[in-house]
Amino acid sequence: MTDPNTLSPPSLETHVAAHDDTFLDTNELVINMGPQHPATHGVLRVILRLDGEKVLGLECVIGYLHRGVEKIAENRTYTMFNPYVDRMDYVAAVSNGLGYCEAVEKLLSVEAPPRAQYVRVILTELNRITSHQLWLGTHALDIGAITPLFYTFRDREEVLKIFEKYCGARLTTHAFRIGGLQYETYNGFEQEVKNFLNFFRPKIDEYEELLTTNRIWVERTRKVGVISGEDCIALGVTGPVLRASGVKWDIRKAQPYANYKNFDFEIPTGQNGDTYDRYLVRMAEMRQSVRIIQQAVEGIPEGPIMAKVPKVMKPPVGEVYHSIEAPKGELGYFIVSDGSTQPYRVRVRPPSFVNLQALDMMCRGQLVADVIAVIGTLDIVLGEVDR
Amino acid sequence: MLIGGVLVITRKNAVHSALALIVTLLAQAAIYLMLYAPFVAGVQIILYAGGIMVLFLFVIMLVSIERTEKERQFNKQWLVGIVAAGALGGLFITVYSKGQSIFPDRALPIAEAQNTQVVGTMLYGQYMFAFEIASLLLLVAIIGAVVMAKKRI
Amino acid sequence: MGQIIQYIQSYLRTKDLTPGAAGNVFWALVYIMLVFAGLSVAVIAMNWLERKILAHMQVRLGPMRVGPHGLLQPIADALKLLLKEDIIPAEADALVFWVAPFIVVLAAFTVFVVVPFGPTHAITDMNIGILFMLGVSSLSVLGIVTAGWASNSHYPLIGALRSSAQMVSYEVAMGLAVVSAILMTSLNAEGTGTLSMIGIVQAQQAQAEWFIFKFFPLGLVAFAIFAIAMVAETNRAPFDLPEAESELTAGFHTEYSGFRWSLFFLAEYSAMIAVSSIAVTLWLGGWLRPFPALHGPSITIAHVWPPADPTAPTGALDFVLALFPGLTFLFLAGMCFYSTVRMPKHPFFRIQTIGLAGFGAALALIGLILFWPPVRDRVGDIYWFSAKVAAFMYLYIWYRGTFPRYRFDQLMKVGWKILLPIGLGVLILTATVALLQTIWHL
Repeated sequence: MTDPNTLSPPSLETHVAAHDDTFLDTNELVINMGPQHPATHGVLRVILRLDGEKVLGLECVIGYLHRGVEKIAENRTYTMFNPYVDRMDYVAAVSNGLGYCEAVEKLLSVEAPPRAQYVRVILTELNRITSHQLWLGTHALDIGAITPLFYTFRDREEVLKIFEKYCGARLTTHAFRIGGLQYETYNGFEQEVKNFLNFFRPKIDEYEELLTTNRIWVERTRKVGVISGEDCIALGVTGPVLRASGVKWDIRKAQPYANYKNFDFEIPTGQNGDTYDRYLVRMAEMRQSVRIIQQAVEGIPEGPIMAKVPKVMKPPVGEVYHSIEAPKGELGYFIVSDGSTQPYRVRVRPPSFVNLQALDMMCRGQLVADVIAVIGTLDIVLGEVDR
Repeated sequence: MLIGGVLVITRKNAVHSALALIVTLLAQAAIYLMLYAPFVAGVQIILYAGGIMVLFLFVIMLVSIERTEKERQFNKQWLVGIVAAGALGGLFITVYSKGQSIFPDRALPIAEAQNTQVVGTMLYGQYMFAFEIASLLLLVAIIGAVVMAKKRI
Repeated sequence: MGQIIQYIQSYLRTKDLTPGAAGNVFWALVYIMLVFAGLSVAVIAMNWLERKILAHMQVRLGPMRVGPHGLLQPIADALKLLLKEDIIPAEADALVFWVAPFIVVLAAFTVFVVVPFGPTHAITDMNIGILFMLGVSSLSVLGIVTAGWASNSHYPLIGALRSSAQMVSYEVAMGLAVVSAILMTSLNAEGTGTLSMIGIVQAQQAQAEWFIFKFFPLGLVAFAIFAIAMVAETNRAPFDLPEAESELTAGFHTEYSGFRWSLFFLAEYSAMIAVSSIAVTLWLGGWLRPFPALHGPSITIAHVWPPADPTAPTGALDFVLALFPGLTFLFLAGMCFYSTVRMPKHPFFRIQTIGLAGFGAALALIGLILFWPPVRDRVGDIYWFSAKVAAFMYLYIWYRGTFPRYRFDQLMKVGWKILLPIGLGVLILTATVALLQTIWHL
């Protein structure tokens, strides 16, 4: 656990004096944003060390949602473990499934057929949109704009209807199987996806109209929670946080998977690494996802949806690390196989867990009200942090 | 007003004293009204009861009051206190009885509706210099308070 | 007995005085009761309106179950709050805990003594009217501070202190905006202005334009400063950090439950209506109808127009605008009937449908009564004043649905570093322009 007293000041010019010389007594306050708090997006406990209103340091206490998922994996077969991965980042369950299935496919040295990969990309990008929509609604709610939440949740419903029609579930979808898909796309899948894209394009403009040029929003988010590109790389922060700090790194372009090579899209980056840039990056990512889905849904090839995968899966002895670009960052699976039907070790590299380490550095020198904005902008899901 | 004043000095709890002081000040505003000075009454409510007393309460509430509650309510030197109060009271009575001619015995011949205008004209005309000096004094006090409380300039 | 009736009727014979100015205690009490009742109805309506309008802005429906379209929801809320357990925190000072909501409500309701609904429709007309309103509304700060302290808990105290610091800061900006409006009242023949609320509206009537349009854009900027400061003064979004839920320090009313909390909430809505009344009186012409100087050609309609009072204007525009009160109620009744038709036909909804139709019928009846000439001629002032205040209430709710919250230091920065200098600038410019106008146009 990091000790707020010993970390060195971050690379900002707001130098926080540890001891001041006036005769007025200013005592440091240690307060607790308890596990139950409307704004911590789950059961996260944050211990703040304050000097008046300024944050001197903070410490996150996690583990309230730990369910031992990685240990459970050692006692399940590869297929049986598939539903468990949805429950980690329960907002973007489809991405979790994609990462796990591709990791095991890598271990088995099989590749999903093209049709399956196209459908996987469509569903994963739809899930990226819904994850960002949920982020936008809750982040705006924490900062005080209570209306975008309802707009984003209303629009999310369309995607959740598509998910429900496809695989029967809205939240924990279990959409993919090792080797491809289980279910063929239903009649009208392409048409519904295209309808959603036409429905959704003006909605992003609607969200932006409420917030992007709103002076209060800009004042609450500019220069709040600044983190530089070098600090991001040093801490291992990935995802929109990294891209908003100026580093153009997206695994979909850097180490393409699931034939993202076939699609034409851009990586939006920011310059300042503050909350406002992260907001802009995520809005732009939603637009790029729409672009990807448009290309994918127009070109779904015919063919099988499942590769030749044995019923009883016994991957050869070895280990594999496969990472994908989840909506929150780099989601990685490190699977060690000992030749049996159950993995020897499954280690998940959740993006929220690694991003949360940056919270201390981002909050130093900020005011207490900004801590909530920064927690929101990191877009953490405690299911993923704690597993 | 008298009840308010007595309560101010007899309450152990500082917040109760402050609330009693607010009552006293409101009563004083009423006295101003009875003297046909509505402008001063209004300003008394806004500034004294609504501004200065708020600041009093801020200070009282931020400073710990457990210590002050345990202190003795009244000083041990009550004899000297009675002598001083008696002397002051005697002074008041002497001035009142001997100086009757100084106090006006009827309301001033200015209509009450014109009170604000008259106050304004005198303040910005005859007493302009004193007005400016007073505002400069307040400015000095503000700057002094900011300098003392601020950590880094 | 005859003397009492004589006393009551003596006021009705006076023409141009409010009951307070006429010294008539009976009628003053009647007016006080009327204002109190009207204010209570307004607060209840605000509660329902806020939930419905906010819900519709958020693509929701709002309360729909309790009564047709949730119209009885405020009554249900009031009942619930009255029946709740009255909790006083341990170690809290019981006397101060009891007194604090009392102070806030007192301050919020006393303000309405001088609010002018018409040239004689006020409880009284103090010649320091606006000063009295500003002063008494600053007394509510005391109630908030004592409420926070009496809760005997760290967070409500900090919330209360922040809230009161915010209110005191924005009172300064409000005061400056008010002063520049008062300046404009002195641009009349005698060269003297007035602080009395009725006098301010009469000055606008004499100068034939609402002060918001005077010396364009100075009146508009002063109005804008006051409009922003009044939202901050009443602790409403976007300046509601001290009472927001997702922030660390809870609001000053955390420890209050049940009836005591409803007192705070009542006081908050009353304060909103009070400062909106100040804004309407000072800049939007109070009870004056739109375009108070235009009358249009004089027309005569048998038995209906011109009005009985020979001094009243008789133009076509007057006639059209005099129909507005009745038309408003008929419009509301029409909306009720439309909703009645669209109600579900399930027998479960029969009572609600009948209730809504009855409510619509009552509104239509009021609308028709407002067309009757004796009522029509007297109700115009009150109607225009209430319509303008209602527009402000809608703005309040609109702000709450749209804007994120200001952080506390940004809030204080806006109050001191932005509104105060602009207010000073507007004041100086207004004074200069007024002086130039007096010198050159005399």
